[in-house]
Amino acid sequence: MEDVLNRDIRAGARLLRWIDDGVGEARSILKQLYSHTGKAAIVGITGNPGAGKSTLVDQLITRYRAQKKTVAVVAVDPSSPFSGGAILGDRIRMQEHALDEGVFIRSFATRGHLGGLTGTTADVVHVFDAMGWDLVLVETVGVGQDEVEVQRLAHTTVVVMAPGMGDEIQAIKAGILEIADIFAVNKSDRDGADRTVRELRLMLDMGKEAIQQQQERVCPPGWMPRVIKTVSTKGEGIDELMTALAEHRKAYENACRDPNFVRARLRREFLDVFRRTLFTRGWSYLMHEDHLKEVVEKLQDGSSDPYTLAKQAVNALGRL
Amino acid sequence: MDEERKIRVLIAKPGLDGHDRGAKVVARSLRDAGMEVIYTGLHQTPEMIVATAIQEGVDAVGMSIMSGAHNVLMPAVVDGLLAKGAEDIVVFGGGIIPDDDMESLKKKGIKGLFTPGTSTETIISWVRENVKPS
Ligand SMILES: Nc1nc2c(ncn2[C@@H]2O[C@H](COP(=O)(O)OP(=O)(O)OP(=O)(O)O)[C@@H](O)[C@H]2O)c(=O)[nH]1
Ligand SMILES: [Mg+2]
Repeated sequence: MEDVLNRDIRAGARLLRWIDDGVGEARSILKQLYSHTGKAAIVGITGNPGAGKSTLVDQLITRYRAQKKTVAVVAVDPSSPFSGGAILGDRIRMQEHALDEGVFIRSFATRGHLGGLTGTTADVVHVFDAMGWDLVLVETVGVGQDEVEVQRLAHTTVVVMAPGMGDEIQAIKAGILEIADIFAVNKSDRDGADRTVRELRLMLDMGKEAIQQQQERVCPPGWMPRVIKTVSTKGEGIDELMTALAEHRKAYENACRDPNFVRARLRREFLDVFRRTLFTRGWSYLMHEDHLKEVVEKLQDGSSDPYTLAKQAVNALGRL
Repeated sequence: MDEERKIRVLIAKPGLDGHDRGAKVVARSLRDAGMEVIYTGLHQTPEMIVATAIQEGVDAVGMSIMSGAHNVLMPAVVDGLLAKGAEDIVVFGGGIIPDDDMESLKKKGIKGLFTPGTSTETIISWVRENVKPS
C-alpha cells in the first residue's frame, strides 16, 4: 500500500494484477487508496477497431511528456469469446515510451467473467490516480456499451473516427454523439475526411439540445463537442487536439465548483461500485453449494418460475 | 470477489531481424489456449523487454530470435529482470539455437528453449507446466 503510493512500479503492477484476477486482498487496498484519488485527469479514447486510437495515444503521450506531465495508459482489448485468451497489441504503437519512467502502460483484456460485466477499469484508474500519475489515458474499443462505460469513468472522452467507414451513421445509432466531448476524425490523409467532419458538425448542430440534455449530468454545462481532423501517424492535428483537451479540462474543473455536478459524478461512481459489488456477491452465492443447480432443477421440474427464484436468491443475500 | 487467475505472457521480438512470423504464431496459439498475450512488435531491446514485462505484470517472457544473437540478448533479459527484483518471471525463447548454446543458455536462466519446427502444442504444454499465474 505505501509502496503503491510511493509509485513503486513493481508494487503497482502487482496490485493491478490482483484487481484483474479478482483477488480478495485488492479490495481492502483499494479502500485505503481511495482517499488519495481525485488528482489525475482521466481521458478516455474510444472508437472503432483500427481507427487509430493507439497511434493517437502514442502522440498524446509525447505531448504530455513535453509538458513534463507523467502519463499512465490503460489499454483494453477484447478477450476471445472462444478461448478466454487475448492478444493485447496496443502497446506496439507506444513502445518508444517503454523506457521513459514518466510513462506506465498497462494492457488489459475485457475478460467479462462476471456474465459480461467488465468493470474493473474503474479500479485500475483509481490505482493510477492514487499513485500520482498526472494523466490517465484509457483506450477502449468502441463496441456498443463499452463507450458508455468509458465515458462514465473519464473526465474527457475522445471518440476517434476514420473517414469512409460509415462511422458517422453508426455514431447516431450507437449514441456516440452523446458521449463524445471531442471527436478526432483520424486518417484525414485519406479521402472523405472533410465530408465526415461536415456531417458530424451538422449532426451535432441538429442534435444540440438533445446532446446537452443528455450530457447534463456528465458534461460541463454549455460544452459543445469539438470536431478535429488528425493524422496520428504524422502528428498532424495533434496540437489542435491538445488545445481542445486543455479547454475541456478547464470547463470540467469549472463545473466541479458546482456541488450538483460533483454530486452527480459521485452518484455515478457509487452506483458503478454498487452494481459490481452486488453482482459479484450474487454470483458467488449462486456458484456456492449448488445454488444455481437447485434453481435449474426447480425450473426443470416446473415447481417454480425464474421470477420467484431470482427474488429468493436476492433475498438470501441479505441474510448471509 | 470472484477469482479468475490467468497466465499472462509477454511475447517479444528482440534484435534486428524482421522475422516475426514465428512470434506471431506462438502468440496466437497461447491466446487460443486461454492465455493473455502481450505482443510488442519488432526490434525490442532487452531493457525495453524488462520494463514492459514489469509494467504488464506478466508471469513469463517468451523471445523469438532468428538473427543468431540469442547468446547476448536472452541472458540480458534474465539479468535485467533479476536487477529489478523480478526474477520470478519465467524466461523462454525460440530460434535457430545450436546444441552447445542451449546448454549454456539454460545455465544462464533461460528455462525453456525451442527450435524452429517445435509444435505449438509442445510450447503450450511447456508453458502450462512451467508457468503459474502469480
Ligand atoms: N493513413 C493513416 N493511417 C493511420 C493513421 N492513424 C493510424 N493509422 C494506421 O491504422 C492502423 C491501426 O492503428 P492503431 O493505432 O493500432 O488503431 P487502433 O484504433 O488502436 O486499433 P485497435 O486497438 O486494434 O482497435 C495502423 O496501421 C496505423 O498505422 C492515420 O492518421 N492515417
Ligand atoms: Mg489500439
